[in-house]
Amino acid sequence: MTADASNTIVQARGLSKRYGATVALDHVDLDIGAGRIVGLIGPNGAGKTTALKAILGLAEFDGELSVLGLNPRTQRAQLMQQVCFIADVAVLPRWLRVGDAVDFVGGVHPRFSREKCLAFLTRTKIKPTQCVRELSKGMVVQLHLALVMAIDAKLLVLDEPTLGLDILYRKEFYASLLNDYFDEQKTILVTTHQVEEIEHILTDLIFIKDGKLILNASMEDIGERYTEVMVAPDKAEAARALKPLSERQVFGKSIFLFDGVDHAQLAQLGELHKPNIADLFVATMKGTYA
Amino acid sequence: MNTVATTTAPTSLSTFTWLVKREYWEHRGGFFWAPFIIALVILAITLMVMITADVTAHQHGVNLSGLNLGQLAEKMTAENTAKFAAGVDIGLLGMSAPIGIALTFVVFFYLLGALYDDRRDRSVLFWKSLPVSDLDTVLSKVAAAVLVAPLLAVAAIILLNIAFLILASLYAILHGVNPLPLLWAPDHLIALWFRLLVLIPINALWALPTVGWLLLCSSFARSKPFLWAVLLPLLVGFVVSWINLMQQFALPSTWYWKNIFGRLVLSVVPAGWVGSGVRSAGTFGISSVGDNINIGLGKFDFINSILSVDGLLGVLLSPELWIGAIAGVAMIAAAIYYREKRTEAYS
Repeated sequence: MTADASNTIVQARGLSKRYGATVALDHVDLDIGAGRIVGLIGPNGAGKTTALKAILGLAEFDGELSVLGLNPRTQRAQLMQQVCFIADVAVLPRWLRVGDAVDFVGGVHPRFSREKCLAFLTRTKIKPTQCVRELSKGMVVQLHLALVMAIDAKLLVLDEPTLGLDILYRKEFYASLLNDYFDEQKTILVTTHQVEEIEHILTDLIFIKDGKLILNASMEDIGERYTEVMVAPDKAEAARALKPLSERQVFGKSIFLFDGVDHAQLAQLGELHKPNIADLFVATMKGTYA
Repeated sequence: MNTVATTTAPTSLSTFTWLVKREYWEHRGGFFWAPFIIALVILAITLMVMITADVTAHQHGVNLSGLNLGQLAEKMTAENTAKFAAGVDIGLLGMSAPIGIALTFVVFFYLLGALYDDRRDRSVLFWKSLPVSDLDTVLSKVAAAVLVAPLLAVAAIILLNIAFLILASLYAILHGVNPLPLLWAPDHLIALWFRLLVLIPINALWALPTVGWLLLCSSFARSKPFLWAVLLPLLVGFVVSWINLMQQFALPSTWYWKNIFGRLVLSVVPAGWVGSGVRSAGTFGISSVGDNINIGLGKFDFINSILSVDGLLGVLLSPELWIGAIAGVAMIAAAIYYREKRTEAYS
């Protein structure tokens, strides 16, 4: 990661958490700098949500953790002036009226802009007199996003924010986030299973497996490190000799994924591609559920 | 970046006000609609009774206007007038009892769900994403239970009383009786309503152990807070009673039921301290001076207790009230502790 110390939003050292015999987080060291969009990707039960909960002060943990210089465990209320989060859909209370929600957040949050929030809402079909229970899943997310984007926070944490939404809402969600919210002062930390949808907006990528970070790099570094090569059958043995991370078959050709192998060397085997996150994820998570 | 720099920072007082408002929004049905709808129903029943009485009287040829209450009132002695006024008080309070009973249920189940329901539907994740401390959150729920709900209930009672007096007056006028001297004694009515308001903080202090216990269960339970809040003390009570029955141990089980079970589970009953043994300290009685409500109305102990100055002083000076209040505050502190720890429930 390219974050310098003065600009660190999240700093974790030896972050650990166990639930009984299960280790959810195993001595994780993590630094997230300002102005980054970080994707935290991992299979179910890898420790993503546990990590986010620790950062948000919603769960106890062992080790050191500082978010914006505050201790999330003991200073959650202060921290939440600078941190926003959306934890999947449908956490807005069903009885809450839209207008009341705007009034309430405006009443308790010092960095909330009512005008901004109402401007976002006018772009949707949501009416101030409606209750959350009357809104569709997609509209609830639009409302939550409008509330959160109107807060001038330093860190936005998204935990599966688009779970269960159709593709129109998902696209719109990330588009508004990028166009109307994100700037170089803000940091976004996002987990999702729909990796391909956030691939192009990420600046940094973290893979987590069994409570450990198994990949933690910027997207540029990943482009340097990982290469995909489409190899004809006659060169497949030569490719296997270079110890690829994975191999799969497409139209009679083999696609190999390499980690840290010289590009020039690989170019002799066949056509080079930048791997997408989904393929990288599948390759690195091999044997997770075995 | 600083486009919202002009927004004024919320003070902790305004945050608290918003939190209480939120409780009201969520529980408008129980806090507001329930008492006022009950008041309307009572009025409707009153009206029906009046009409039925008149129709029945007419059918049987009874001439109600022959009863000249007006003349009766003029001939009343001062003592009789006081008795009559006290009787009106009792009538007004008695007809309001359903509102008090509803308040008990509303507050009980409100507290039981206050720190649990949002964990079950996960909306706690939204509330915890706002810069609001768990201390403020829990205290706002205490305030909603012991101040907001009772204030609205008292407001409903006052409106019900006024509406009833108007109905009764119209009825009297229709039968040729002047209702003014008997029914309308402004100073008396205001004194009655003022005492209802004074009851609110006393009831709040008395209710603290139940408030604390219900909030603690609500905050602590991973599922089914009702089992913790009610069945646990019930089971303990049965065990205590059984041991008592076996006479293995000199713990009187009535003591448990009154001082532990009663205070943990039932203290949200408005004026629940009446008959709890507090008054047996002999702090008030028929002989009290300068308290016209008490005169000659020994039968109406309950009304006496909640409206006489001595009765209120008696409970305020009782150790039961203060020991319970301290226990209640301790349980509220524990509820805040668990509010910080628990963000999820199993539904």
